[in-house]
Amino acid sequence: MTIAAEILKQERNAEWRAELRKVIKNKDRMTIERVKMPEMDPMERIKYQDKEVNAGLDLEQAQREASRCMDCANPTCIEGCPVSINIPKFVKQIETGDVLAAASTLKETSALPAVCGRVCPQEKQCEAQCFYTQKLQKTPVAIGYLERFAADYERESGKMSVPQVAPANGIKVAAIGSGPASLSFAGDMVKLGYDVTVFEALHEIGGVLKYGIPEFRLPNSIVDVELDNMRQMGVKFENNYVVGRTATIDDLREQGFKAFFVASGAGLPRFMNIPGENFNGVMSSNEYLTRVNLMNAANDNFDTPVLKGKSIAVIGGGNTAMDSVRTAKRLGAERAMIVYRRTREEMPARVEEVHHAQEEGIEFLNLANPVEYFANEEGRVNKMRLQRMELGEPDPSGRRRPVPVDDFFEEDVDVVVVAVGVSPNPLIPSTMPDLEVSRWGTIEVNEEAMQSSIPDLFAGGDIVRGGATVILAMGDGRKAAASMHEYLQKN
Amino acid sequence: MNKIVVKEHLSAQVIKLEIEAPLIARSRKPGNFIILRVGEKGERIPLTIVDSNIETGTITIIVQNVGVSSAKLCELEVGESITDVVGPLGQPTEIENKGTILALGGGVGIAPLLPIVEGFKKAGNRVVTVLAARNKELLILEDEMRKWSDEVIIMTDDGSYGQQGLVTQGAEEILKREKVDECIAIGPAVMMKFCAQLTKQYDVPTQASLNSIMVDGTGMCGACRVTVGGKTKFTCVDGPEFNAHEIDFDEMLMRLNAYKKEEIKANENNNRQ
Repeated sequence: MTIAAEILKQERNAEWRAELRKVIKNKDRMTIERVKMPEMDPMERIKYQDKEVNAGLDLEQAQREASRCMDCANPTCIEGCPVSINIPKFVKQIETGDVLAAASTLKETSALPAVCGRVCPQEKQCEAQCFYTQKLQKTPVAIGYLERFAADYERESGKMSVPQVAPANGIKVAAIGSGPASLSFAGDMVKLGYDVTVFEALHEIGGVLKYGIPEFRLPNSIVDVELDNMRQMGVKFENNYVVGRTATIDDLREQGFKAFFVASGAGLPRFMNIPGENFNGVMSSNEYLTRVNLMNAANDNFDTPVLKGKSIAVIGGGNTAMDSVRTAKRLGAERAMIVYRRTREEMPARVEEVHHAQEEGIEFLNLANPVEYFANEEGRVNKMRLQRMELGEPDPSGRRRPVPVDDFFEEDVDVVVVAVGVSPNPLIPSTMPDLEVSRWGTIEVNEEAMQSSIPDLFAGGDIVRGGATVILAMGDGRKAAASMHEYLQKN
Repeated sequence: MNKIVVKEHLSAQVIKLEIEAPLIARSRKPGNFIILRVGEKGERIPLTIVDSNIETGTITIIVQNVGVSSAKLCELEVGESITDVVGPLGQPTEIENKGTILALGGGVGIAPLLPIVEGFKKAGNRVVTVLAARNKELLILEDEMRKWSDEVIIMTDDGSYGQQGLVTQGAEEILKREKVDECIAIGPAVMMKFCAQLTKQYDVPTQASLNSIMVDGTGMCGACRVTVGGKTKFTCVDGPEFNAHEIDFDEMLMRLNAYKKEEIKANENNNRQ
């Protein structure tokens, strides 16, 4: 048995846990229906860019949901969590009503519980591994809702606990980029006593949590509270600092930094290279979301403009596409459409996001792919030509491949947002010739240690994965912290 | 950080600022730019670094008061700080000894041209510079350009200074007269388009530095897309300088107007306040 498993077992055997298991019989726990997340009415919420869709549970709902959890002897849910949150412990703490303790448990391994409780695809992770899903074919314990509840409860209580940090060891380490991978890395390293500086190219700290994910799904104020918590733990943040340009890794080595974690993200938007794609009104989801989320372009008091269309098409079926199309609806689009070359079944977006989009009146043009854009005499896009697709044989990812059909149609559009994926940001690799990168431009790392071909340089998140989720990035940050710690202790 | 230490009017609407930015001063090269933001509600705007001083830790930028964002910057006084300054961004100019360089600058485009002229001169080139402005009052940086050029020709639209005519007329004079090894043109997109057409006739390799619309300036948004040689490039990370003979200037001109309606509205709002 590993040390971690040993600790989990000891904690499960704690008297309060053993007692709590006896309070309700398992067969009664199983009869409780999974809680429904209270949501703002779809027709009301589309009027606001900055009002959260999910309202969160109240204490009673949370305790009842927590009591569904049977505190399994073998908690498989933890295996589904990339940052290994002690799920049964925090859920049982909620059941007893000690929500502040639950929040502390979350922060033992997660730097951003209020964020993860909102944006993690729990249905593919912890909840997919829940006993209810695995063995009972029932809806899993709403672990994600409970995580969010505990983090929100603590924040609103005004009694935020700051995780304990080891005495300072005086060793300087740097994280490059300030998105979820870096924040997770920084949280673990500062707990181990390191002097951590996070460098960010933009003026705001938070990376994709700030520029990418919209306010209606993840309010910036919530990210700010988590960042404040990290500052209190001793993490330093430097904004407006492009590592590789403002200063190089070598410059930072001279300043005494002993190791680096590169998590500069998948910054480069992909386009489809079809005719008319450079017309005005056609833009990347990165541009559209950055203008609205980071620069507040939807608010007339801010200087950055954004094109507000009547008829907006968003190309793609991922979470970024859903974020873009729902933003368009909130900015007043009469028609906001998803154009996706496969079907709903194959969409990479979270089920919840697709469901929310449908409730909000988003149209889905599935099995369609744009082939050309047209514009008026001023160069502003006004029409798109699409080709119909059908599903063929499964591709290596297991999803059925879209196959073009000889059937075309047209739609009037005045804004098109291209959300077909991103490529790794080439800035750091391009300034380090010795760094091994794949042919896609991602940094090559040893998967266990997240260590690159340059020994003091570790990497994680989308610069390694090419485009994944917040929580996988956070898992990388934790892994990199553990192995960098080991590396620095040896050297 | 980012404190303004010198402010100087070069013409009624053009202002030169020296800003404390020691890290950028140390790492910048000719052709690099910065992105800055004035105030928490401000826009991110790209500006070329005109000069820097490692000892004082300052960089020099030149800005023309043309809209809401540049007006906010122009209103700042010595001692005040710019909210955000980030850089150096973009690929630096490829500077080497090529022989004779023809440098063409128009309007406020003369500002980004200055460090490039200086760089080429220091690399041992013969540099012939043609500067163009609408009138004498709007001509900037003449003395600085003379310092780093072997010859300077001035063109004004109204003939109030130098010769009357466009930058291309001055340029053609030189191209007819002597062998030019490379040309660099910076100014309004239309000017660069005609400069490129001219130098192509003379088969002179030409670079143009583009002032595309940008948001982040690090390759993230793609607002600055430009077609070069039939391929889409990002001005912020692939440029800002490109082979002028391959740039699709008509598309570039169209894209510069992407937010024209929004800008007009913003200016009206600003004037009312």
